[in-house]
Amino acid sequence: MTDAGRHERDDGTPYAPHTPAETAAMLDAVGVDSEAELFDVPSEVRFEDDLGIDARGERELRAELSSMLARNDDLTEFLGRDHHTHYVPSVVDDLSQRAEFLTSYTQYQPEITQGFLQALFEYQSLIAELTGLPVANCSMYDAASGLGEAARLAGRVRSVSGTRVLVPEVLHENKRAVLRNYVDGTDLTVATYPMTDGTVDVDALSGLADEETALVYAENPTVRGTIEEGLSEVGAIADEAGALFCLGTDTVALGLLEEPASVGADVVVGEADALGLPTAYGMGLGLFATRESFLRQVPGRLVGAAEDEGGKRTYTLTLQTREQHIRKERATSNICTNQAWVALRTAMHLAWLGPDGLADLANQCVREAAALADRLDGLRGVAAPVHDRHHFREFQIRTDQPARAIAGDLESDGFAVHVVDDHRLQVCVTDVNAARTDALVDAFEEAI
Amino acid sequence: MNHDQARYGDDDRYEPLLSEKGTETVDPGEESPLPDELTRDGLELPTSSEPELSRHYTRLSQMNWSVETGPYPLGSCTMKYNPSFTEDVAADPNGAVHPERSDETIQGTLELLAGLQDYLARIGGMDAVTLQPPAGAAGEFTGIHVAKAYHESRNDDRSEVIVPASAHGTNFASAAMAGYDVVELPSGEDGRVDLEALEAAVSEETAALMLTNPNTVGLFERDIVEIAELVHDAGGLLYYDGANLNALLGRARPGDMGFDVMHYNVHKTFATPHGGGGPGAGPVGVREELAEFLPRPRVREHEGSYELYDPERSIGKVHGHQGNWLVLVKAYAYIARLGDSGLEDASAKAVLNANYLAEQLDYEIPYGPFHHEFAATAGDRDAADVAKRMLDYGVHPPTTKWPEFVPEAMLTEPTEAENKDSLDDLAAAFNGAMGDSDAELDASPSKTTARRIDQATAARNPRLSWHELDEE
Repeated sequence: MTDAGRHERDDGTPYAPHTPAETAAMLDAVGVDSEAELFDVPSEVRFEDDLGIDARGERELRAELSSMLARNDDLTEFLGRDHHTHYVPSVVDDLSQRAEFLTSYTQYQPEITQGFLQALFEYQSLIAELTGLPVANCSMYDAASGLGEAARLAGRVRSVSGTRVLVPEVLHENKRAVLRNYVDGTDLTVATYPMTDGTVDVDALSGLADEETALVYAENPTVRGTIEEGLSEVGAIADEAGALFCLGTDTVALGLLEEPASVGADVVVGEADALGLPTAYGMGLGLFATRESFLRQVPGRLVGAAEDEGGKRTYTLTLQTREQHIRKERATSNICTNQAWVALRTAMHLAWLGPDGLADLANQCVREAAALADRLDGLRGVAAPVHDRHHFREFQIRTDQPARAIAGDLESDGFAVHVVDDHRLQVCVTDVNAARTDALVDAFEEAI
Repeated sequence: MNHDQARYGDDDRYEPLLSEKGTETVDPGEESPLPDELTRDGLELPTSSEPELSRHYTRLSQMNWSVETGPYPLGSCTMKYNPSFTEDVAADPNGAVHPERSDETIQGTLELLAGLQDYLARIGGMDAVTLQPPAGAAGEFTGIHVAKAYHESRNDDRSEVIVPASAHGTNFASAAMAGYDVVELPSGEDGRVDLEALEAAVSEETAALMLTNPNTVGLFERDIVEIAELVHDAGGLLYYDGANLNALLGRARPGDMGFDVMHYNVHKTFATPHGGGGPGAGPVGVREELAEFLPRPRVREHEGSYELYDPERSIGKVHGHQGNWLVLVKAYAYIARLGDSGLEDASAKAVLNANYLAEQLDYEIPYGPFHHEFAATAGDRDAADVAKRMLDYGVHPPTTKWPEFVPEAMLTEPTEAENKDSLDDLAAAFNGAMGDSDAELDASPSKTTARRIDQATAARNPRLSWHELDEE
């Protein structure tokens, strides 16, 4: 190891504080000559070889990883599709990285972890406010696992007798794939209902939803950025069929679009990480909120208000008998480690925005998308948006020229966009790339 | 010595909620280009300014215990020190890319992921690794689905997963989620797997045995070779729960013990911060035969560049994208910082620390020899009360009342991050609390932010948001 001064040791971990003298004293106290004697591992399974991993000093390693990541092309991303990015203020990084938050764990001893518990209680409260549903958990991994858990919840609640999960035709293929694994092992099946021009085909859905249906899933906005116009009808159809209505959304859209509870949503899932987390190669925060009546079927951790012996209001993990560490194979979910630190960041970001800030940001997502679509639509051989709908952040573009070739040219000019099929692209515009739309339109014009 | 934790607030609460510092209701549709019927009616959110928020969260942080505050010996959680530099590596703006970028434009990201796959494969003695599962339990879920796909590919219908009574609760829950009947294996008299009981439990219905090694009281399953034989002879697979891998780095590898599938808990073994409950990451390693079932896409090097590809008979996806990137970067950085000798030393020091600490305790420790963790018993005292009292000695207590086969268990894992002095302090807290009167235990904790919290009443009358608090 190359960093000098580490207790005069030239090997071993720099993150164990033992001096050689301390190690010797401890070995002596235990009554062995070396640590190796403490391993009760039969010789036939002992590993005597080298792993072949070279240790590097901190400075050298930072340089190595920095040049590795510099091999990523510096592109302006107009990418969305279930992973959205907005500007995250420095104060969120600064406060969330405080070691007292970052290096703590699940609050098994609430008296000494009131800080994180209160922050999670505030997160739950903010999500309850945004969704209109009173029960929000501390987090799922991401939107896809949230949908999987929602389907399983529908399979468990007594008021639902059906076993079919109806999902929209327009759905991110990854989400569909995750859902498939979550229902594999239950008697739930997944079926698809059609969309018309990018939003729910209400008549078709109405024909498909029946007593066999356990859950109707819809998204607002959809993965194509379209804003749904008939959500109350979707809620009514699900209700009529004796099924639950699960709505997928995100924390920014919730600041503007119809409140999920007001359209009859029983469960809300989605990307809470749209606020609080920078682009992180798809790392997320799964939002999960539901009605009071399903409280005991909720997956994941819940923080509740409590009183301490001094009569003061405090917070604690609650209703833990739902969870795997107590209920084992009868738990509502296997989730243990969750995304709590991201939830902390999301709550910070939401609080930083406040009601005006969030509403402004959400409205910007509508305005920028419409403005960009309008400009692209003015180009020869380009039609945007493909769907005659209102859009949130993103929309699809039809191109006469092969879409892949256009995307390739854009990439050479420093822009990343989604290729949907041979003649369709999709772009996503938010506060972080809005200043680059002029340049994108110019490059687009060049590319066609 | 003064161990008082920070405490803010007034007679009613320790720190006002954001909602109590002021909120405002706006109509987001008012200035919107959207028609009114597509927008929500009202939105009420806190209105604190940035300076106020900064103070709010700083105060909350001060009312929170962490690894950087002091000893945090939660058994089976591996609360080791999280190196600062890994945060800087994770914050590299060049790594902040969208998951649907084309392979050619994210060669650095893919190279790092391929490198981490390789490191983990070496450490676990596995042939192929997926980094997609976002937590340990998600790794179990993935691994069990891989096992299921493997059996199905052979038209071999199996219905059971065997899990020792001492296993983590997630093992039971993950197997059940994948649709298996869980067969619980009672612990043997020596705290390990009882070969006879296992022999009785395995059958042509056995899809897998899930095992933690060393197990949840720190004991190495000495009969692991026989265990593997028993399971394999019955056509089942052997699954390794990586929660306790911090005991074995560089000294023994699951792959060499006969395990077919394993998950790694990088937030435990590889020092990525636990973040108050997550995010973690639960990569899964498998033997060659199972690689074609791993989640899609996988990363590989091909003719000098890196690419994503879908394994032939992939189980599909277990995460909407590629898992918890920020966590994976930190794990890579940690492993590369330590290298062979550092990893081996980390385990050596973790095991030495557990043994040294145990030596200083006036507690019975029913099973041994243990490695990185041990289960002491509080005997005729209530382990939960002893733990509350330990808080007043300025340490975080161990995991209590688990595993269940140790009465009043105090499952203790000091990790390699404590030195002799801090282990002596920890021992003084254990012994001091045990020596204190029942009245003192009942009156504890008094030095933490909050006094003893009434969890039972909170569960009977759940109030899960500020909307449900009484307005007085």
